[in-house]
Amino acid sequence: MIQAIGRRSISAVEAVGRVGHFVMDMVRALADIGVWARLTIVQMRRIGVDSLPVALFIAAFTGVVLALQASYTFTGAVPLYFVGTLVGKTMMLELGPVLAGLALAGRVGASMAAELGTMKVTEQVDALETLAYDPQSYLVIPRVLAGTLMFPVVVAFAIATGIITGWLTSLVLLDLSTQDFIKGLKLFYVFKDVWFGLLKSASFGFTITLVGCIVGLGTRGGAEGVGRSATRAVVYSAILILVLDAFWAVVLL
Amino acid sequence: MIELQDLQKAFGEKPVLQGFTLKVRDAETMVIIGYSGSGKSVALKHIVGLLHPDVGDVIVDGQAVSTLDRDGLTLLRQGVGYVFQFAALFDSMTVADNLALGLRRRGLDEAEIEERVQEALALVDLSGTGERMPAELSGGMRKRVGIARAIALRPRYILYDEPTTGLDPVTSAVIDRLMVRTREHLGVTGVVVTHDMRSAYTVGDRIAMLYEGRVRQVGSVAEIQQTEDPVVRQFIEGRAE
Ligand SMILES: Nc1ncnc2c1ncn2[C@@H]1O[C@H](COP(=O)(O)OP(=O)(O)OP(=O)(O)O)[C@@H](O)[C@H]1O
Ligand SMILES: [Mg+2]
Repeated sequence: MIQAIGRRSISAVEAVGRVGHFVMDMVRALADIGVWARLTIVQMRRIGVDSLPVALFIAAFTGVVLALQASYTFTGAVPLYFVGTLVGKTMMLELGPVLAGLALAGRVGASMAAELGTMKVTEQVDALETLAYDPQSYLVIPRVLAGTLMFPVVVAFAIATGIITGWLTSLVLLDLSTQDFIKGLKLFYVFKDVWFGLLKSASFGFTITLVGCIVGLGTRGGAEGVGRSATRAVVYSAILILVLDAFWAVVLL
Repeated sequence: MIELQDLQKAFGEKPVLQGFTLKVRDAETMVIIGYSGSGKSVALKHIVGLLHPDVGDVIVDGQAVSTLDRDGLTLLRQGVGYVFQFAALFDSMTVADNLALGLRRRGLDEAEIEERVQEALALVDLSGTGERMPAELSGGMRKRVGIARAIALRPRYILYDEPTTGLDPVTSAVIDRLMVRTREHLGVTGVVVTHDMRSAYTVGDRIAMLYEGRVRQVGSVAEIQQTEDPVVRQFIEGRAE
């Protein structure tokens, strides 16, 4: 039992060491700007196209539910325009970034791990190296950079969508006027709400893509290994998103 | 010159190379033969630093591969073409882009890249397939694209991992002739891994047999053909017992 725990902790430490190594190699590869710059644009477009529909879909329904739940909770004891406050704050600070993050861990993270995993097991990664490309600068940096830059953009759209559907719901189902909704929205708003949410999204984007790349490039053993990597990438990044979320709340709120 | 010095490599508990030593002279074609799973591909990957030995080292042009830093390794790899056993084509790119990728890395201008791509495709008899995707090609065609990708680089060394396995006899002969011509015209030093003995005799200057992690015998084609060693004899004659 103690032995098993010992073995586990050793392999956990090893895993952290491997990630550290990986990130160091990645930083070193930043020197090949001629290689990664153009590919980053390609990946940004891809991440945007892949993730925007999912993120907006989720945000739209979250906005509706938030508005209804807020009014249900207030039951007349709290002025109804607080619905605007609750929808705005919750979308910006928590649900926008986290729900989008979790959904995109499935969408973007899994597809990256599967794509790089396939390249790995079919020796395309080796082939890339023999052509004098560093997989870090050709594959990893474009993806991680694109994820870090694009997630805040996607989440910003998601937040806006959630607030709009929350407002529409208030208007149609809750008899709340637009003025009152906006009054509530502005009530406790501080600029920090926005940048906190977007900073969080950037860290999620970084995490999801980095995990996708590390897990993908570590794939072994054929089609089955690729499947395992895809699942693993989703699980790891979902866990890390929740941990990071708590971390940012402790550090920055 | 490529020197493999006392290479030892194990995967987990399983030893694959156990003191593999081989010298490949400039402008010769060295053929490595050996049973399936004996570690031929593993040995080849050590030459370009895709795998790192547990013990021993590879010396290319007097430089130990293990001592090279990132830039040194990039420089070494720019002088080596590698033909993968299963082609390893980039399946998200067209055939032409597969060939162009390595050339772009070498900073050639687009006109010259286009010219070299067409020339290399013509050499492997695949003119006109440049715009196809790898998934649309047959196994043999993919293999030839893999060879074209290496030749287009005009490297000093080419490492072929089973270039003719799985091809029909005529295409195999075409590939053999291509390897011979590449050596004659470009003065390329080649290492060819194969278990196709006809191909080995055609393209090889010397043949080395990898057996139980070491070189069992190395010698000219004639020497190997007349070998007294029962293990080598059995292999080149393809006898079951
Ligand atoms: N990356 C790896 N991880 C673990 N084991 C490996 C790895 N690469 C090769 N091996 C093992 O090393 C041994 C030699 O493999 P290798 O591919 O070099 O054989 P080979 O001589 O090229 O065979 P073939 O003629 O079938 O291609 C095999 O048993 C293989 O399972
Ligand atoms: Mg092999």
